[in-house]
Amino acid sequence: MESFTTHTGLVGALDRVDVDTDQIIPKQFLKRIERTGYGQFLFNDWRTLPDGAPNPDFALNHPEYSGASVLVAGRNFGCGSSREHAPWALSEYGFRAIIAPSFADIFRTNCFQNGLLPVQLTADQVGHVMATALSGGGYMVTVDLEEQRVSDDSGWHAEFAVDSFRRHCLLNGLDDIALTLQVSDRIQAFEDRRGQAGG
Amino acid sequence: MPKTMLDKIWDAHVVHRDEGRPDLLYIDLHLLHEVTSAQAFEGLRLAGRPVRRPELCVATVDHNVPTTDRSLPILDDMARLQIEALRKNAAEAGVELFDVDSPHQGIVHVIGPEMGFTQPGMTIVCGDSHTSTHGAFGALAMGIGTSQVEHVLATQCLPRTRPKSMDIRVNGDLPPGVTAKDLILGIIAQIGVAGGTGYVLEYTGAAVHQLSMEGRMTVCNMSIEAGARAGMIAPDETTFAYLKGRPRAPQGEAFETAVAQWRELATDEGATFDETVEIDASVLEPWVTWGTNPGMSIPVTGTIPGPDSGASSDDQEAMQRALEYMDLTPGTPLKEVSIDRVFLGSCTNARIDDLRAAASVLQGRRVHDDVRAMVVPGSASVKKTAEEEGLDRVFLDAGFEWREAGCSMCLGMNPDILDPGERCASTSNRNFEGRQGRGGRTHLVSPEMAAAAAVAGHFVDVRDWS
Repeated sequence: MESFTTHTGLVGALDRVDVDTDQIIPKQFLKRIERTGYGQFLFNDWRTLPDGAPNPDFALNHPEYSGASVLVAGRNFGCGSSREHAPWALSEYGFRAIIAPSFADIFRTNCFQNGLLPVQLTADQVGHVMATALSGGGYMVTVDLEEQRVSDDSGWHAEFAVDSFRRHCLLNGLDDIALTLQVSDRIQAFEDRRGQAGG
Repeated sequence: MPKTMLDKIWDAHVVHRDEGRPDLLYIDLHLLHEVTSAQAFEGLRLAGRPVRRPELCVATVDHNVPTTDRSLPILDDMARLQIEALRKNAAEAGVELFDVDSPHQGIVHVIGPEMGFTQPGMTIVCGDSHTSTHGAFGALAMGIGTSQVEHVLATQCLPRTRPKSMDIRVNGDLPPGVTAKDLILGIIAQIGVAGGTGYVLEYTGAAVHQLSMEGRMTVCNMSIEAGARAGMIAPDETTFAYLKGRPRAPQGEAFETAVAQWRELATDEGATFDETVEIDASVLEPWVTWGTNPGMSIPVTGTIPGPDSGASSDDQEAMQRALEYMDLTPGTPLKEVSIDRVFLGSCTNARIDDLRAAASVLQGRRVHDDVRAMVVPGSASVKKTAEEEGLDRVFLDAGFEWREAGCSMCLGMNPDILDPGERCASTSNRNFEGRQGRGGRTHLVSPEMAAAAAVAGHFVDVRDWS
């Protein structure tokens, strides 16, 4: 897995709550059997007009967010389907971190599996990042997983909590299947116990 | 110490516990479908890892299969390739596959229970958020992403931090004409689309235990629409009666032994939940969503709300966007909202009980001239049973299309989609923008309400018809 330690990047603002995974990557793009090829379809139905042209009203099409690698959004980001295509699309588009007041549970897990850092801040802190990013573009932040801290060059900063195991895996780019396989003897013992119990 | 059902199932499945790490949980049943599994099998191949327990995996094709004549080739090349990938992967790994032509093919969350794979006390995962459905049997059933599908294939385990528990205590009885779908929509309206995030919901109370297994599955299915990865209902006589004789359930004496164990699963008297929410079932009505998430809903007797009723500026903006997308005007009585399409299907409401309920409303009636309506049974077996009961005739005579089993227009990955601007009364689970087709407008309802709307051409209170 790709590791994440610290990242400095332009903030793209998506000022909406309850952004669901059907919006992040609409279902018509889920037929691929690879993990790649989704970035171009990120937020497709919002980013494009029905004729396929870019929708000038959609925030991420605004030139000031071109090249954004940190996304700030409203509460409950990533709700809905379990499709891992959502973080695949976000990553491939260029995002490394998402800042929001809350995340949907499965989406959050899927992000950690793909080196995409979900950063949960308070509503006020997210409001600050959102307002600054919306006020003209060019807003850069640094997301530091080691220090569990988001900061900008004006001196503003906010600490965030993150599951210690997930943090450890992400910092070191660990393959969590390999970690589980390290305790194969325990799995075997569990299966043996069950077999004897008749279950 | 008294324990919740969640704790009992969890503790019985912990393979390994390490300070500062999630628990390693053993997984009893892994359900697979074509859309979220190909990359997982590919990951295993690249890492040279075998599938640890193929006999604990069950696969089917449901998401992108056409619901028209199954003898015809699949015209969508990408869909066909995805299905072929699952065939190849299942064959190589030795995983049982219920393919397009199988009498047991169907939506993964319909066939698991109807075949008896789903049993109380199990841990169940699937690369699909509606895996919560299986909790209706007193199982811990969770949706996972593709990386975790790969993890479970390789290890039969899943690292998980124990979620918090929430008691959704349903007080009182559901009034006549109010269904399991209305109950869960009412619950989501009360706790919100993120109200269950981080929790496993246990639905308790007499009204829950009066529901059929089909009704319980409808309720647990939509736990994820409240943000909860899992929902569960303690197994009882209804559960055991449903499972008895199912092909993959324990048989004979083994069944009786299993039932004795299953009886022990219910949450103990005096066990504490992290959170308790009380729901008054007696005030519920047939429920209809008006907006673009399952929490934006009103009783059928209600009017379309205005954005000023939103609790915060965020909510007000979301409501405004939803009103625009849905092309609705605040203050309009819901019953005056006309529809173009009706979809009776999905892992929420396409089981035999759902079809019976809709057919009872349609008996002797005709679908409105301006409405196109379709039934997509949840499984080939549901379809067969319905045909044996003559339900297909009721639907066809009423003017419904009678389709083959699959997810179909719940998510529109196959050719069954709404045209832009079309408005659909749907028995599915998500009314997100574009979910049923770009520009399509989805209203979630019960099967009875969908059937009644099909006839009237607009929403009606089905209770007025009985």
